Amino acid sequence: MRFELTPRPTISPVARALAPVLAFVTAFLIAGVVVWLMGRSPIAAFQVYVLQPLSDPWALQELLVKATPLALIAIGLSYCFRANFWNIGAEGQYVIGALLGSWLALKTHGGFWVMPAMLVLGILGGALYGLIPAFLKTRFGVNEILTSLMLVYVAQLLLDYLVRGPWRDPKGFNFPQSVTFDPAATLPLVADGSRVHYGTIFALVAVIVTAIVLGRTLFGYRLKLTGDAPRAARFAGFSAKHTTLAVFAISGGLAGLAGISEVSGQIGQLQPSISPGYGFTAITVAFLGRLNPIGILVASLVVALTFIGGESAQILLKLPLDLTQAFQGILLLCVLSADALVSHRIRFITRGGGK
Amino acid sequence: MADVSPSGSPLVELKGISKRYGDLLANDGINLAIQPGEIHALLGENGAGKSTLVKILYGVIEPSAGQILWEGRPVSLSSPVEARALGLGMVFQHFSLFDELTVAENIAVALTDDWDLATVRSKLGDISRAYGLALEPDRAVWTLSAGERQRIEIVRCLLQNPRLLILDEPTSVLTPQEAEHLFVTLDKLSADGCAILYISHKLEEVRRLCRSATILRGGRVVASIDPRERSARDIAALMVGNEIGEVRTGTPHVPKGAMLTVSKLSMPAGGLHGQALEDINLVANAGEIVGIAGIAGNGQSELFAALSGERLADKADAVVIAGKTCGTIDIDNRRRLGAAFVPEERLGHAAAPTHRLSENTLISHAATEVSRSGFILLNAARRLATAIIKAFDVRTPNGDPQARKLSGGNLQKFVIGREIIRQPKLLIVDQPTWGVDAGAARLIRQALVDLAGEGSAVVVISQDLDELFEVADRMAVIHQGRLSAVKPVNEWTKEAVGLEMLGIAQTQGAVHAV
Ligand SMILES: Nc1ncnc2c1ncn2[C@@H]1O[C@H](COP(=O)(O)OP(=O)(O)OP(=O)(O)O)[C@@H](O)[C@H]1O
Ligand SMILES: [Mg+2]
Repeated sequence: MRFELTPRPTISPVARALAPVLAFVTAFLIAGVVVWLMGRSPIAAFQVYVLQPLSDPWALQELLVKATPLALIAIGLSYCFRANFWNIGAEGQYVIGALLGSWLALKTHGGFWVMPAMLVLGILGGALYGLIPAFLKTRFGVNEILTSLMLVYVAQLLLDYLVRGPWRDPKGFNFPQSVTFDPAATLPLVADGSRVHYGTIFALVAVIVTAIVLGRTLFGYRLKLTGDAPRAARFAGFSAKHTTLAVFAISGGLAGLAGISEVSGQIGQLQPSISPGYGFTAITVAFLGRLNPIGILVASLVVALTFIGGESAQILLKLPLDLTQAFQGILLLCVLSADALVSHRIRFITRGGGK
Repeated sequence: MADVSPSGSPLVELKGISKRYGDLLANDGINLAIQPGEIHALLGENGAGKSTLVKILYGVIEPSAGQILWEGRPVSLSSPVEARALGLGMVFQHFSLFDELTVAENIAVALTDDWDLATVRSKLGDISRAYGLALEPDRAVWTLSAGERQRIEIVRCLLQNPRLLILDEPTSVLTPQEAEHLFVTLDKLSADGCAILYISHKLEEVRRLCRSATILRGGRVVASIDPRERSARDIAALMVGNEIGEVRTGTPHVPKGAMLTVSKLSMPAGGLHGQALEDINLVANAGEIVGIAGIAGNGQSELFAALSGERLADKADAVVIAGKTCGTIDIDNRRRLGAAFVPEERLGHAAAPTHRLSENTLISHAATEVSRSGFILLNAARRLATAIIKAFDVRTPNGDPQARKLSGGNLQKFVIGREIIRQPKLLIVDQPTWGVDAGAARLIRQALVDLAGEGSAVVVISQDLDELFEVADRMAVIHQGRLSAVKPVNEWTKEAVGLEMLGIAQTQGAVHAV
């Protein structure tokens, strides 16, 4: 016996709306079983993972702080993924953006222009780094999945070298970290006493601008057409080469902006680890949000919640941190399966006739 | 293959087959019976539900209601594998062959495991001899013509001893000579007891081949006839529910100066199996239709790409549109000069299958009013789509459907309408009525003739000689990337064109004959 997916002739709007909800419930049930199998109470885990962060104002701010880089990067990636280009090196573009921006912070001593210039350099760094795989693809036909991924390791090693070598704080007791940025090189907070920095505003702006670009502009249609029917895109006069360069520059630029915002607004200095894998998790976020800007905004909050919940679960319930990643994976699988089942039907086929 | 069913019951009988897509009934209670050895035609205008019906019969899609009886026994076919096991074979309009593999390999991969290459070879020889389907087992598929490729598909079906062979528009890719050859084969098969279900829009060949025909309109059977007793005109009228007129030429076209000039255009082959263009010279004047005949794969798509600007020439003056040299400018800028293009492949090239018709108007955005300073004017796009649908009688399942939900012919009307509606000064169209029913073909040809009548230049690349003789003012033949001399249509005969298409012409006019 085998089974195959056949497209449904009509797709019910109700099913489409309910699909994500059902996907979430299913993901929580699966995760609950896993927690139960590990000998802990699923109820307590739900309490720690979901309810506590959502009912605690401090944790809510933390949620925004964690969601910010995820949303920024995932929004950028949605440009690539819509046009069917596979940039999976956002983590590297994030690091290079952070490095280039921080370079200015380390070289200057005050000035109102420093922070804006750092942001521009961050965007530039990420965009240029993103353009490397794009260039290799358009010029030599090299697969962008491999190059963008490999460049992540290059970027991480470069960061490691800089904070252990030339950029290390001489008074830092030999810790591999740079000096703390001075106030002119620190991204301001949205409000005094809060933890939320301006990066969150950038993310919101990116969401709104992207919603307009993808839905209302010819450039947005260009990406959709390139992704859905590349030959028709060429017929429409959209050069594949320019599209490739543009989407990699945009997604790299937004990843770079996320990097410099995180370092200057949240961490305050360079250190070997400036990301818990935001660049990779953002791929999940982009698809959880179905490549839709608003969807990505919601998905980034949900995934940020799993990060925070995972940390407290580690402390309170002694659950391993890896469970967080497992849960993110389960969630993505459930959402994608739900989408597939809304538009397709499973048919079981037994050999030799009959259904 | 020769066992005629003893009881005299039909080989296959469809009872009350219905298929619903949302609000639309693509098939509505269809009854159809096919006797062993019968060649049965399935006719109907575009969107009548022919493809839907044969896909149900072949197990590709599931009917919403109805029953299939095979030799009187109800069967349920949920996949082509089951259909083949029962004795059905189908040749789809689009071939499914691997270009790099040989003929024998292509046949072997499609068969079940108990066939090895040696058996395939020996059987292939038998079948080829029996039915006059000459094939060299060791030739790579990419070296073969469309007719030869189709033979592979047919032989592949025949090796499994089918009792019923379904052919969906088999002759649309063939030359007249190749088509004639196919008919001889089908006659032989039928004499051996194999039934054939034959879909075609070419009524003359249906009259030549079939003894019975079922006509569908709007998903229902409207008539079952003997096509030999009716004229092609009568049958066409049954299909659309009213008479189809001839294309009106009106006043003879008066050429008024060159709108397109192609000189010494050469271009290397695009891909591994592409055809290089060599020294193409061609002029299309405002107010005339220039036809380009030729067997598929002789450089038509390359010529189209070179004229549209999807591929650029290395010399700017190789292509001149409306007085401007544009061999090296892209398709959008050629559109802005007043040129319009309709490629051969409607799904995926002319239109994006999963996009709505309104979105598909954006594809020729460079020359239409559907965007302003980079922003899409959604309402304008919708209005344009509606206008095209109305002007070109496009039958859609709902107001603004996805392109893939239209039947082949209706989508063709849409993509041609999208270009003609803006009255281009130059229109280049590749296979304008490919797979289009008689009524729609007339509508499209009329639109082309009218466009030229209003002073535009039209270049029609087509394999359909009748079509070219009907609409073109002047005509040339493309063979292996070279274009023959362009001569007025009344100086060509069908025989001369046929010979030129095969590259064996020796007339003085055709300097480039190989
Ligand atoms: N997947 C689908 N969803 C919705 N409607 C569909 C779908 N497929 C086909 N249709 C509709 O069903 C009707 C019949 O289509 P079908 O392809 O069977 O026509 P046809 O007779 O083969 O036409 P043609 O000669 O143009 O190929 C058309 O109106 C078409 O729009
Ligand atoms: Mg069809």
